Amino acid sequence: MENKYTKKYVKVIAEFEEDGRIIPLRIFWEDGRVFEIDRILDVRPGVSRKVGGQGIRYLCRILNKEVCLFYEEPRWYVESK
Amino acid sequence: MDRVILHSDMNSFYASVECLYHPEFQGLPVAVGGNPKNRHGIILAKNQLAREAGVKTGEALWEARAKSPQLIIVEPNFERYLKFSKMARKIYYRYSELVEPFGLDEAWIDVTGSTHIYGSGEAIARKISREIQSELGLTVSIGVSFNKIFAKFGSDYKKPDAITVITRENYQEIVWERGVGELLYVGRSTGKKLMKYGIYTIGDLAKSSMDFLKCQLGKMGVILWDFANGLDNSPVKWFDENYNGNERVIKSIGNSITTPRDIENTKDMKLVMYMLTESVAMRLRETDCYCQTVAIHIRTKELRSFTRQMKLSKPSDLTGEIGEAAILLFNQNYDFSSPVRSLGVRAADLVPNTVPIQLDLFGHEEERIRQGRLDITIDGLRKRYGNHSVRRAVTIGDTMSCMDPKKDHVIYPLRYF
Ligand SMILES: [Mg+2]
Repeated sequence: MENKYTKKYVKVIAEFEEDGRIIPLRIFWEDGRVFEIDRILDVRPGVSRKVGGQGIRYLCRILNKEVCLFYEEPRWYVESK
Repeated sequence: MDRVILHSDMNSFYASVECLYHPEFQGLPVAVGGNPKNRHGIILAKNQLAREAGVKTGEALWEARAKSPQLIIVEPNFERYLKFSKMARKIYYRYSELVEPFGLDEAWIDVTGSTHIYGSGEAIARKISREIQSELGLTVSIGVSFNKIFAKFGSDYKKPDAITVITRENYQEIVWERGVGELLYVGRSTGKKLMKYGIYTIGDLAKSSMDFLKCQLGKMGVILWDFANGLDNSPVKWFDENYNGNERVIKSIGNSITTPRDIENTKDMKLVMYMLTESVAMRLRETDCYCQTVAIHIRTKELRSFTRQMKLSKPSDLTGEIGEAAILLFNQNYDFSSPVRSLGVRAADLVPNTVPIQLDLFGHEEERIRQGRLDITIDGLRKRYGNHSVRRAVTIGDTMSCMDPKKDHVIYPLRYF
């Protein structure tokens, strides 16, 4: 089956709270662009069936679009087209 | 009030985890197997499609490929399975502190105390199933019942992705008509014996005479009769959250011997240890159990005696592994400062050998499966031609080797608690 998505590992700046929560703030694209995460809409363990993986799934709003950012220790990735 | 016990079983665990990481495998038969470059690799686990194609756990990779030419075989990722096993358990802990793992992919959960918060056992099972699906991407089969044995039966009854509730009202209908081999602790060996007496279904077992079973199978017969009649009352045991492994339900098998001459050197010690181990391990296999602990007992000429034990890295019924452990224990704890008059070997912390296959982090599983086949073959030869028909090289050419520990000596009965 053809898969149009790929797992794209990204550099992330995140805040580590006293209670152990990790909150991503900014994503660095490989082409040099930087995206601010405007809002985190949902955080829970989850899977990516598109690219294959399991981790903490952050549903983020970035530039008015919803993006799933995964933290699967020790790396972060997005489902990229 | 009856207990409310769930048994949750992640479907085709290893293969499902692999499929999760490889979306491109969707719709294809997938198996987890030993290194495919190794000609002797074998299948360790498979997904539903591979199962439908007739692929079997334990068979050679080439055999599997012959049945299913498009079969995808991936190498095992032990760390990953451990991670998923732990995450699943974390989900169970949301509903109860009493979570008893059974292999990496199965667990009992006693939710009696939380039904007033989360609803019936079935409702909790549905929540767990949903959470595992969304958070881990895996499906589970869950059995809900008033004892551990029927809960386990329920999780096997319908898969994948199913919930089966077995109550006092329906257990005769659901459980009793199934083959006796589907009952936990009835493995290959016990199943064969029962069939010889015309006991084919769990209902046959439940309705047969307990005394008769006790005669044929010893204490195990009584235990199985209880199981079949829904009388199992063993508790779901509390475990440390980080524990990985299985816990005992049935206890120990041992054998000891007072040798014709005192044992004063390593060669004799090894010989006796192996003879004892052979009988213990054979008995273990006949009971369809693995042991997790090996203990030895040493009594000196002065009748000073002591016991030492060690945990095995994984449950085993292999003569070689148990024998090596016994010899190691001896070497670590005794120096022949005084001759040894009698020796004992005991296999303890028994678990049923139907416990889900435990892959180890070093990938010795294939070798162990092969050793297991060898042991079973030897058991067969001995049953037909006598215990001396096949012998370990160390036991040949010595007067002591005429002893037949399995026949001559009483083997301690199983204990159950
Ligand atoms: Mg399973």
